[in-house]
Amino acid sequence: MADLHFGEDQPTEAERAAIDAIVSQAEAATVVETERVVRGGRSRRRGLRHQLLPVLHSLQHEIGWISPGGLNGAAERLGVPPAEAYGVATFYELLRTTDPGHRDDVVHVCVDPACAMAGNDDLQASLEADGARVHASPCLGQCERAPALFIQGVGRPDQVPADDDEKFRLPQAGDPGLRVLRRVGVVDPTSLDSYRDHGGYEALAAAIEMGPDAVITAISDSGLSGRGGAAFPTGIKWRAVADEPGPDKHVVANCDESEPGTFKDRIVCEHDPFAVIESMTIAGLATGAPHGWIYIRGEYPRATARLEDAIAQARAAGLLGDDVAGSGQRFDIEVRRGAGAYICGEETALFNSIEGFRGEPRNKPPFPTTHGLFSQPTAINNPETLINVLDIVIDGPDAYRSVGTERSPGTRLFCLSGRVGVPGLYEVPFGTTLGELLDVAGEPTGDLSAVLLGGAAGVFVGPDALDMPLTLEDTREAGATLGSGVVMVFDDTVDMEAIVVRIAEFFRDESCGQCVPCRVGTQRQHEVLVELQSSRQPLAPQRAELIDDMALAMVDASICGLGHTAASAVRSALALGLIGNSQ
Amino acid sequence: MSSVITETAVTIQVDGQEVAVPEGATILDACDAAGVETPTICYGPTLTPVNVCRVCVVELDGSRALVPSCSRPAEEGMVVHTDSERVRHSRKMVLEFLATGVDVSQADELGQWAEHYGADPDRYVPGGETMDEPVRVQDNLYIRDYDKCVLCYRCVEACGDDAQHTYAISVAGRGFGARISTEFDVTLPDSACVYCGNCVAVCPTNALQFKTEFDLRQADDWRPEDQTVTQTVCSYCGVGCNLELHVQDNQIVKCTSPDDHDVTKGNLCIKGRFGWNYV
Ligand SMILES: Cc1cc2nc3c(=O)[nH]c(=O)nc-3n(C[C@H](O)[C@H](O)[C@H](O)COP(=O)(O)O)c2cc1C
Ligand code: SF4
Ligand code: SF4
Ligand code: SF4
Ligand code: FES
Ligand code: FES
Repeated sequence: MADLHFGEDQPTEAERAAIDAIVSQAEAATVVETERVVRGGRSRRRGLRHQLLPVLHSLQHEIGWISPGGLNGAAERLGVPPAEAYGVATFYELLRTTDPGHRDDVVHVCVDPACAMAGNDDLQASLEADGARVHASPCLGQCERAPALFIQGVGRPDQVPADDDEKFRLPQAGDPGLRVLRRVGVVDPTSLDSYRDHGGYEALAAAIEMGPDAVITAISDSGLSGRGGAAFPTGIKWRAVADEPGPDKHVVANCDESEPGTFKDRIVCEHDPFAVIESMTIAGLATGAPHGWIYIRGEYPRATARLEDAIAQARAAGLLGDDVAGSGQRFDIEVRRGAGAYICGEETALFNSIEGFRGEPRNKPPFPTTHGLFSQPTAINNPETLINVLDIVIDGPDAYRSVGTERSPGTRLFCLSGRVGVPGLYEVPFGTTLGELLDVAGEPTGDLSAVLLGGAAGVFVGPDALDMPLTLEDTREAGATLGSGVVMVFDDTVDMEAIVVRIAEFFRDESCGQCVPCRVGTQRQHEVLVELQSSRQPLAPQRAELIDDMALAMVDASICGLGHTAASAVRSALALGLIGNSQ
Repeated sequence: MSSVITETAVTIQVDGQEVAVPEGATILDACDAAGVETPTICYGPTLTPVNVCRVCVVELDGSRALVPSCSRPAEEGMVVHTDSERVRHSRKMVLEFLATGVDVSQADELGQWAEHYGADPDRYVPGGETMDEPVRVQDNLYIRDYDKCVLCYRCVEACGDDAQHTYAISVAGRGFGARISTEFDVTLPDSACVYCGNCVAVCPTNALQFKTEFDLRQADDWRPEDQTVTQTVCSYCGVGCNLELHVQDNQIVKCTSPDDHDVTKGNLCIKGRFGWNYV
């Protein structure tokens, strides 16, 4: 690589310390030079670049922004061109590259639908009246306790006020049907012993006994599919990674959870962190991948702390490290924090983010199973997917299939929010109807007008969908999706136009900007909806046609799932007549 | 009917026509071989494909979404359609989208394709967001007019891994707010830029322009039709880069290098690219 040029701005003492705090503990990356698959070439896939995001986090946290001197110091220390480091810093919502002029904490207030229904504007107004530095945020993953706040600390730890006074209890606590949530709210999440008392690490022992091949066969036979949104068969993914030669492979737990309406991964990671660690370990041993990574969204301080603590305890007990539980195999886990970017939940964007590049998705193929993190074979899964593995390994695929349907076996977590009796996280067998699920959550609070299924990337369904069984096959047939398990409920008092405009704004804000159909399409879609909202007229036919034209191009020609789904909620709202027929 | 003959060939079908291309070739190469013209914006023959503009998409049997022809390797037996309803629609929309936010008046090829596909950028909500960037004139060599930038990443690639290894510019920001930028938007003289001009050479929209061209255009005196191009070899060092000097009214107004030249692949250094400025 050519010699890099750095500007004249130098880091202050404090900035240098913030950089050193990260870099001095970093080992050089587990990176080899690989064939170029994305922009950001071979020559830069070396050294310490993967420490860039942690270093930027550290600067932001200590100083309150990324100054030119701080950026230069970080870039020089890590051998990253300053222009590229700036490109990375400006990608993330939680990183500032302009001087805020103060060193106060920043209070992020959620503006997404569940919080809008719960009076986030009043909360914001009262915070502002108290002199707080308020920042409007997309969904903070706390929709069941809306309106949500996240306090980004400067020189102090980040905080989620709702974490402190919360006496956590699952709505379904004690229900014998719980599988994934069995230990949640029961086990002491800070204690490995408590986890073991509740059956923890029996699955790892069983998996070591079975051997990798039998584990993967059991997963395949169970019919387990991904819970992160795309519902890809987990067994096929693991088998593909296991079949790749060589030791440089990775297992990633995708805890970025930023789909509006989703909060399941937060609850699971906070209240059963060892289950995430144990199931990742099984994935590592089964696929022959020694490197584990947890990528967790930056707005989840407690889940992050609990996972880090669980990793430390597991390592001390010989359950992670060079010889996992006497298996003779190596597996260890590193935690990386996101910094406010929905798109970094997309698997290839997530890899770029860890590697220290902008979180821009890569074109597929090649797929992560052959070219994933650091262009090496990678099995990436959602935590809910992973935790299902524990029961499959212990009880076998047949027992696993005893609930659910043939094509959607097992149970599913649903995140209920909005105008529903008791908002919260629920687990029901696949095949439960939407109406039955809402009944489990208690008396509705009003006259149901619509349900947003699957999140902002999902679709609205009307009251006539209450009989729809919640399975992959039935939702697909109905043109809907379960997505990440979002069930957000609206009643007839909600201003749906405002909700849909906000969803369009969400996609506009969160588009990475890389490809034209999505970068421009999400912008223009939002403009059309704002025009509709302010016109108070029915949607004009040529506007309806434009929305459809834009949607088709985004679905057909975008690079990734964000563009592919950016119009689906909007179009379903129009089709159901929730918006567009004037007041 | 195959038009390319090689050692290991891959045969694919383009619009019903069988074509053979060497292994490793892209669908775009196959389209070229089949004599099917394809619009491209972010693709450059000397650059690693970044496949971001999506104007080159084609329909591939068995694939749910359209695929970018410029980066997708041709595989034996692929069946590709380049003129289906879906392909025409997405290409039209990409061209339309770009024209709604970017000044594409000097991107001639883009304009021709926009006409071909019937793009209508006027049907959008009036007063929509645009690039809205001032022209950056920071030296006497070249200017940056990001109102004309379609974010094709070509300049970034040319400055970085694909040619120059200087990494003076990157994409900054996100979504519609994404822009090509130096760190903190410092001026080019303060950045890592070494003025090789390779970014200028690959820019498809004239967002990056020789200062001479910019000044002549400002004076309404830019006349490509009156220009002659002289081939010469750069005399500054022993490498022997080919130069093409563009001359208007006995003045050199810009300098390029042929893409297909073995040594330069279209790239030069400051002396070759801008040396005539001091002559
Ligand atoms: C825009 C976008 C955001 C995503 N966010 C997440 C996320 O936060 N968590 C997640 O597990 N998967 C997310 N996904 C899906 C991942 O790309 C990937 O399919 C998933 O992590 C695979 O795990 P699974 O097979 O266990 O579901 C997202 C996809 C897209 C397109
Ligand atoms: S579809 Fe959107 S988010 Fe995905 S790569 Fe394209 S611009 Fe980025
Ligand atoms: S002139 Fe050369 S060094 Fe400067 S930005 Fe362009 S490509 Fe990079
Ligand atoms: S300045 Fe030119 S080359 Fe660079 S991204 Fe914009 S249009 Fe492409
Ligand atoms: S936290 Fe507000 S909508 Fe999810
Ligand atoms: S030319 Fe293929 S995506 Fe741009």
